[in-house]
Amino acid sequence: MAKFEPVLFARIQKNDSQALAGYRADGGYAALKKALGMAPADVTTMVKDSALRGRGGAGFPCGLKWTFLPKDHPGPIYLAVNADESEPGTFNNRILMEEDPHQLLEGIAIACHAIKSNTAYIYLRYEYGRSYRVLDAAIKECYAAGLLGKNILGTGFNLDVHLHRGAAAYICGEETGLIESLEGKRAWPRIKPPFPAVEGLFRKPTIVNNVETLCCVTHIVYRGVEWFKSMGVPPDPNNPRDPGSYGPKLYCVSGHVNKPTCVELPMGVTARELIDEHAGGVWKGRKAKAVVPGGISMGFLSAAELDTPLDFAGPGKAGCLGLGTAAVVVVDDHTSMVEVLYNCCRFMSHESCGQCTPCREGTSWMTRILERIRTGNGKVEDLDLLMEVAGSMGIIPGTTICGLSDGAAWPVKNAIQKFRGEFEEFIRTGQKLRGPAEALMAAH
Amino acid sequence: MPKATVNNQVIEFDASEQLNCIQAAKKIGFEVPHYCWHPELSVVASCRMCLVEVGDTKPDGTVVMQPKLVPGCQTPVKEGTVVLADSPKVKAAQAATLEYLLLNHPLDCPTCDQAGECGLQDYSYKYGRGYSRLQEPKNQKPDKDHIGEQITLFTDRCIMCTRCVRFTREISGTAELFVTHRGTKEEIDVFPGEPCDNKLAGNVVDLCPVGALCSKDFLYEQRVWWLNSAKSVCPNCSTGCSITVDQNEDVVYRLKPRENPQAQGHFMCDEGRFGWKYQQREDRLAYPEQREAGRVVSYGWDDILPALRKQLQSTKGDRIGALLSPWMTVEEAYLLASFLTEISEHVRLAVAPAAIVGSDDRYPKDFRGQPLEPTKFTIRAEKAPNARGVDAVLKHFAKSPLTMSDLLAQASSGKLDALYLVGGDPNGWITAQQADAVKKVPLVVVQDILPSAVSPLAQYLLPGGTFAERDGVFVNHAGLAQEIHRAVRCPEGARPDGRILWDLSGRPGLFNAAQLRKEIAAQIPALAALHAGKLGDCGVWLSEGKTPSPPVTHLAGANR
Ligand SMILES: Cc1cc2nc3c(=O)[nH]c(=O)nc-3n(C[C@H](O)[C@H](O)[C@H](O)COP(=O)(O)O)c2cc1C
Ligand code: SF4
Ligand code: SF4
Ligand code: SF4
Ligand code: FES
Repeated sequence: MAKFEPVLFARIQKNDSQALAGYRADGGYAALKKALGMAPADVTTMVKDSALRGRGGAGFPCGLKWTFLPKDHPGPIYLAVNADESEPGTFNNRILMEEDPHQLLEGIAIACHAIKSNTAYIYLRYEYGRSYRVLDAAIKECYAAGLLGKNILGTGFNLDVHLHRGAAAYICGEETGLIESLEGKRAWPRIKPPFPAVEGLFRKPTIVNNVETLCCVTHIVYRGVEWFKSMGVPPDPNNPRDPGSYGPKLYCVSGHVNKPTCVELPMGVTARELIDEHAGGVWKGRKAKAVVPGGISMGFLSAAELDTPLDFAGPGKAGCLGLGTAAVVVVDDHTSMVEVLYNCCRFMSHESCGQCTPCREGTSWMTRILERIRTGNGKVEDLDLLMEVAGSMGIIPGTTICGLSDGAAWPVKNAIQKFRGEFEEFIRTGQKLRGPAEALMAAH
Repeated sequence: MPKATVNNQVIEFDASEQLNCIQAAKKIGFEVPHYCWHPELSVVASCRMCLVEVGDTKPDGTVVMQPKLVPGCQTPVKEGTVVLADSPKVKAAQAATLEYLLLNHPLDCPTCDQAGECGLQDYSYKYGRGYSRLQEPKNQKPDKDHIGEQITLFTDRCIMCTRCVRFTREISGTAELFVTHRGTKEEIDVFPGEPCDNKLAGNVVDLCPVGALCSKDFLYEQRVWWLNSAKSVCPNCSTGCSITVDQNEDVVYRLKPRENPQAQGHFMCDEGRFGWKYQQREDRLAYPEQREAGRVVSYGWDDILPALRKQLQSTKGDRIGALLSPWMTVEEAYLLASFLTEISEHVRLAVAPAAIVGSDDRYPKDFRGQPLEPTKFTIRAEKAPNARGVDAVLKHFAKSPLTMSDLLAQASSGKLDALYLVGGDPNGWITAQQADAVKKVPLVVVQDILPSAVSPLAQYLLPGGTFAERDGVFVNHAGLAQEIHRAVRCPEGARPDGRILWDLSGRPGLFNAAQLRKEIAAQIPALAALHAGKLGDCGVWLSEGKTPSPPVTHLAGANR
């Protein structure tokens, strides 16, 4: 195989990579021009044929989602760009927005043409101040250059892009929480159906897509379906419901590695390759004990599972929730899994929006149990209780409205299944942990 | 008719019914426990108390069940839907949800007003696991007595069903209540200086399935298991909300709305909910009095009623006047009008106008206070319970009923020898000036509940009952006839008006409202709908199909 050339990240090392002039010099907005010359349905078909799957966490086929919009709707139809990136360990959207904003804006414009939308909202994670400034400047440049606004590139296509700073909560990234928040309400995820494509923002059909997904759209239109499908993992022939995992992917690697990074690679690289070849290996000469495959809500791979390919299907086969955001967080063998898990639970209970009883109470209960364990007051039976609580919450058992709860349950399930020995020993030998976690707890 | 099954029992329903699993289960008398769902509020499916298993029947007859649990409140039941609401999986989920809800609950039932009618107590008993496995300290949240003038919040007890929040957003439209904080730290609150004092606010206390939102008026007054409820109708406006009057040992403690889709729906207003306190006023008329030359000559009903009957019967018919009240029941109006018209068909009958205060107050409102369509609740400007019922009786007995002012004018110009005045409106129904008009009438009878400008002028003062003390029928603005039932006894020597008038008429036996309604239905075509005597919990329409409420000015005697 030829050496992989980054595409999404091709421009990020360049000087002034944010400016429109440079972007155009590198061939930017040619994809938009091409797309605007095509019928919207043909653009959708192209994206569908590419088998692009959403990069925001759920991996839903992008083109298929676009076809869920009601046919011949009089409009308005909205695009909501999910730039709320809050999954712990995930920072690829941030780089895309800060370093190459026009790549995203071009993807947005192409998507809007395809879904017949004249209004896009970028729901930007509040804490991303630099992204805000860069995107804001880029949007202004586009208006000035006739790439946004009325009659774009003389084709008669109109598009307004609104940049909205989010409400600073993890749950604002859940697509219907995002929509509620964009409407000015508390980001309480909505019950489905109706799905956003039928009734979303302001009760109008709405497509929610992640930043990286839309950046991929730009390149699919520019380079073609064949290019996109030339890399990645084809569908499992034994699973008729597997759409495969094609295209390039931005993998974030953080935690106990020598060189935390975000690297673009073809879908399906293993965790081990990422750590050893791209992140400089585990730090301090230690070994990895556990690896988060795609943001903490996906659970953990054990040291024995590091050869799991990080495509959409891989982590699931190792008992994880899924690929998630492909944000790899490495835990070294000097770190207590009790502490790691406590920290995951603490985050999730802090971020639970609190609507659904099992999530609201379950996340907090699990945190309290782990707090008790880590301060030396645990019992071995607590582990079974944790498993029971984790098993009772989420959209998978059907007890909650959104997937935050599954993401809260999974680290618990994986940690206790895969590291039960360590937990039991911790409890039996009466170990106690003090330290940063408590300080974080008080910071709420 | 579409068919579905619930717990393996077939149910049939109308396609237009749009049932969810909770409603479908109700058809076989099976309760799917639920907290956040309420038929009048939007579906949020967040409490997860109502989880069930559902499946579909495929064309070949096989049933395919969904692998996950679904909220029954959110899941529609269609042709072929299979609902399992009592499977082991469902029961385990119910026990888990209840354990979660109780984790941080203070379990202060012994001091909680809701105990005895509490959704947490009831469901825990039926579906819970019996004990909690929480070993850590519970959340502690501050109580908030600033929620409203009438409402206090025991924050710890809240289960975050958000019914109260949705009520203020969707029904009153006033949106005072909201959720603050996140996750297990969530609390219900109001914005500083913006308490929940809208005219429908009290409903949030009823909607709260637990003892979180409590009524300050009722707080710690009674344990609810001592209370007995009488079905009744709020008399404070012509909406005629179906209610219960809750009492213990002849003391009324609270009114609560009673669901009646034909009347008001599920709710009631605070004017009605708290507007009954006159029933307990110290100065209630408590003893009948017969007076001669300003001196009381008798306090005994057994003397007074026969004497009064005799005196009226010996008065010339066209010199007898009577003023009926829109606060009377149909039966009372009938007894008085038929008794007097038996003396003479020339008696002059009038009805006092129903008080009109402002204009109809419709909800929900927008943030400027303007009503929004569709209207979900109306507090009516017509502040009397039975203008239409009394009107129907009066029109039957009098060709052309007089207005109150006509009648008083005849009194002051000396055209009357006897005047029978019925009050009953606790907000007053006669001014001092109007009372002056009766001074020329030799025989004045006042039947009322409270002293008024005219009560000192009466030769016969007959203390009657409030709505809580009587049996009978009120007809609301739309022509819905509903029964009121006696919840408590009248004070001391006062008597329910029906009994007073029954005895005054010299009818044998005891006053029985349901029996009398059969007679009324046979006599008065406009009231034929009362023929069954018993009208059921939701009442009957006087005319077939719902009739629109006629403008109040077209009623006899409407201009004061
Ligand atoms: C709790 C929670 C948080 C989420 N946060 C994000 C987020 O920050 N960014 C994102 O793109 N998707 C997030 N998602 C996934 C979105 O709901 C949605 O699937 C995604 O935005 C769809 O876009 P895509 O199909 O392009 O991936 C989150 C989901 C959940 C359940
Ligand atoms: S699962 Fe949790 S975060 Fe998601 S809606 Fe329910 S309570 Fe909120
Ligand atoms: S106060 Fe009562 S009605 Fe309101 S959310 Fe809490 S439990 Fe529900
Ligand atoms: S709306 Fe009218 S009938 Fe209903 S409670 Fe209020 S005053 Fe009583
Ligand atoms: S009643 Fe269905 S989830 Fe609350």
